[in-house]
Amino acid sequence: MFSFVIRRVALLIPIFFGVTLVSFGFIRMLPGDPVAALAGERDMTPERHAEMMARLGLDKPAWEQYFDYVWKLLHGDFGTSVLTNRPVLDEFLELFPATLELGMAAMLLAIIIGLPIGIFAAIKRGTIYDQGIMGLSLIGYSMPIFWWGLLLIILFGGIWGLTPISGRISYLFDVETVTGFLLIDTLLSGEEGAFASAVHHMILPTIVLGTIPLAIIARQTRSAMLEVLSEDYVRTARAKGLSPLRVYGLHALRNAMITVITVIGLQVGTLMAGAILTETIFSWPGIGKWIIFSVFSRDYYAVQGGLVLIAMIIMSVNLVVDLLYGLINPRIMHTNS
Amino acid sequence: MSLLEIRNLCVDFETVSGSFRAVDGVDLDIRETDILSIVGESGSGKSVSMLAVMGLLPWTAKITADKMEFEGHNLLTISNKARRNIIGRDIAMIFQEPMSSLNPCFTVGFQIAETLKQHLHLDRKARRKRTIELLDLVGIPAPEERIRAFPHQLSGGMCQRIMIAMAIACYPKLLIADEPTTALDVTIQAQIIDLLVNLQNETGMALVLITHDMGVVAETAKRVIVMYAGQQVEQQEVEGLFNSPRHPYTNALLNALPERSLDLDRLPTIEGVVPGAGDRPDGCLFSPRCKFVQDDCRANIPPLKSTGVNALRCFHPVDPGNLGI
Amino acid sequence: MDSSAGSARKSGILRRDILEFWYYFSENKAAVIGLVFLLGIIFMAIFAGFIAPHDPTIQYRDCLEQPPTWGAEKCNFLFGTDYAGRDMLSRIIYGTRLSLIAGGMVVILCLSIGIMFGVIAGYYRGWVDITIMRIMDTILSVPGLLMALVLVAILGPGLLNAMIAISITYLPYFVRLTRSSYIIENTKEYVIASKISGASKFRIMFITILPNCMAPLIVQATLSFSTAILDTAALGFLGMGAQPPTPEWGTLIAENRDLMLSAPWTVTFPGLAILLAVLAINLMGDGLRDAFDPKLKRS
Repeated sequence: MFSFVIRRVALLIPIFFGVTLVSFGFIRMLPGDPVAALAGERDMTPERHAEMMARLGLDKPAWEQYFDYVWKLLHGDFGTSVLTNRPVLDEFLELFPATLELGMAAMLLAIIIGLPIGIFAAIKRGTIYDQGIMGLSLIGYSMPIFWWGLLLIILFGGIWGLTPISGRISYLFDVETVTGFLLIDTLLSGEEGAFASAVHHMILPTIVLGTIPLAIIARQTRSAMLEVLSEDYVRTARAKGLSPLRVYGLHALRNAMITVITVIGLQVGTLMAGAILTETIFSWPGIGKWIIFSVFSRDYYAVQGGLVLIAMIIMSVNLVVDLLYGLINPRIMHTNS
Repeated sequence: MSLLEIRNLCVDFETVSGSFRAVDGVDLDIRETDILSIVGESGSGKSVSMLAVMGLLPWTAKITADKMEFEGHNLLTISNKARRNIIGRDIAMIFQEPMSSLNPCFTVGFQIAETLKQHLHLDRKARRKRTIELLDLVGIPAPEERIRAFPHQLSGGMCQRIMIAMAIACYPKLLIADEPTTALDVTIQAQIIDLLVNLQNETGMALVLITHDMGVVAETAKRVIVMYAGQQVEQQEVEGLFNSPRHPYTNALLNALPERSLDLDRLPTIEGVVPGAGDRPDGCLFSPRCKFVQDDCRANIPPLKSTGVNALRCFHPVDPGNLGI
Repeated sequence: MDSSAGSARKSGILRRDILEFWYYFSENKAAVIGLVFLLGIIFMAIFAGFIAPHDPTIQYRDCLEQPPTWGAEKCNFLFGTDYAGRDMLSRIIYGTRLSLIAGGMVVILCLSIGIMFGVIAGYYRGWVDITIMRIMDTILSVPGLLMALVLVAILGPGLLNAMIAISITYLPYFVRLTRSSYIIENTKEYVIASKISGASKFRIMFITILPNCMAPLIVQATLSFSTAILDTAALGFLGMGAQPPTPEWGTLIAENRDLMLSAPWTVTFPGLAILLAVLAINLMGDGLRDAFDPKLKRS
């Protein structure tokens, strides 16, 4: 098990260098004069230009610049936003809880609904239930989520007026930031109605962001279950006279989960991409909206820093999933021991 | 009184290209402490008929029978819940592939104890004690340690022993062993068969042994059913079957045993292949390959005629004096 | 063997394979519906000039934000008009072209480059393999849309650049798939036989082995075709893909977004077009996968 962990961690090192190389190259490949792009100033005097060049380290050879860059990254320096003049890491950490909260809610929705309907469809294979569930999840999988979001806003926000359509909480509340998770902070503040307002604001974004993962989880759970249900050990379990709940819910599901866990882990990337669109539509103050804003306002250090940080988050989640996979699959855990 | 009584069991599978009859008229009586062997080639319906008894066939299978009773329970109309009280406890089954028949995600101890919990409602401590006892009984060394092992850490023979331990856990009245040694090494095969026979002697349960190995049949069974292309063609006591087979198929099968043809240059074979779904003959299913075939065999289907424990499905049985070697 | 007889037999086998494939594919009714729908979309894209009732760029000044009408005297637009009085239906029909071209380009780029890298990695192994695969891992470690955004920031917004950016983010799937099936095929007997009989490196790579790796690649290509349409639209929606007044579906939604509550049809119909096109391709992709999968063939 220990060597398994070491191997997995070692695999991440080249990817880390790959990502930093991409984010390093990103700034250098931008069209036009990099100094002008990075400093955000126009019509600089040649002296000012040279000074900025030296300050940004652009006068050094490329490889030296790269190692400087990685060195800074390893010390937690992800650059400074040109727009706000604050460290990128600070901005990122400030906004990240909003994205994490939304992402976790969406993931929870996807798992709570996707997993059972996938199992159900597999057990009822070929019936109208199976076809219905699979049809709906294919629609979910094919959904342009930015349009889906707008559609829900039109229906729930506009026509029926049931839910708010932007932001995380009503402007009437001013909740002190403790954890950054609004659902927790509103409870801590004790302000009446604040929690309800936060929940209310989360409903539509959660549905929109959760749709594609839900569809994928349902489809993959079904196919994993179908594969497992034809295995000999499921027949053995039935031959023992066990109840269907135990046969499907324990013997079959436990084996199917080995595949499904990996699929769920892979959704983190999907969620990040989805967060960019969802947060833009719902004006959700998180990482996705921030990065789009940074791209449009040409705050390239922020984009660069965000890129590396998001890649690192995804790499760590993948690592955790890999380890979890090893833990849940006895054939991996109990070899070499 | 019979433990298990089956009359005219038929199983049809719905497939894309129409319905396919996998089992076609099987009669069976199993009394307590009986050892019955069902022999036949792959696809002759021997496993399917026993899976039908267990209720383990997929939903595409349609089961019909004049009678299918276990200890007075009608297995054709029984509710799923009532059936689950019988299978795993009174009727247990072990399968061909021991490695894949055990769940890779759970320890073998858990899988055995699960049966004990389901049917005997033992508490945790009693389950552990009985599990260790069972492992000891099926000849697994160091059972206290083995209960924590996962199936992939054990050999095929070991896994089959675990399967047997699981099957006999609740003192079954009938154990169905579906080709229990086919997937195992030759040296292990004999051990597993011995284990089964010993357990049968000790506990007095009835044993149905599905196999295509005539050697195993001769050594273990008391009675034998021969199946061909889904049909039961012959049933006899084991001595009778080996000394005077009545059905031409049984006869040809025995002639093909290497031990019986020591003085021949070439091993006798049965020409042709078993008919599939598309090429079933009109008359006797064996007629295209039968040495003694006559016109009525090609035209009419011979009925299964029973005389005492013996049964035969043939118009022109082999004369015991002329074995046609 | 006579070479013409050999090729005749080959084409016979090919025809039988195609027939068998079609048999399994046509069993799946949903997949056939998807295929028919896709053919309809392609037809619409090719003959957009004949089918579209209006020029997609003409602004009918008297009919701004006209709701969908059927058979009205004045301002008769089936899908209504947008903020500038342009016919939504015609813009959507012309948009089919852009989405199909984008999807097709992405698939062609990914297939050609992906197969090349995959085969090279699978054939040479060693450091060549490691380098290629680590580069692909790097691309995969950033969410596709974010990577595409960053690439478009470098290349500049526009439909062509969006296609290139999306292709780069899909490349790893094709490389991985080609490499893994290449490595599996490479150990099989027919490849060894071909090597023993002295076939050239190129012949082994692309003529002996590659055709046997194609089934999963075709399925992947179909699925990428639909996701490429989605991602092109998403980039268009974010303002980083096709630029207005190009009638690309995602761009249509973006330019009418401010009207979504007052004139919902301007947003609803383009999105529906995306959903239906993607759904049709995915239905077909599912059918292809099932038809190729020998495991399901048996049941």
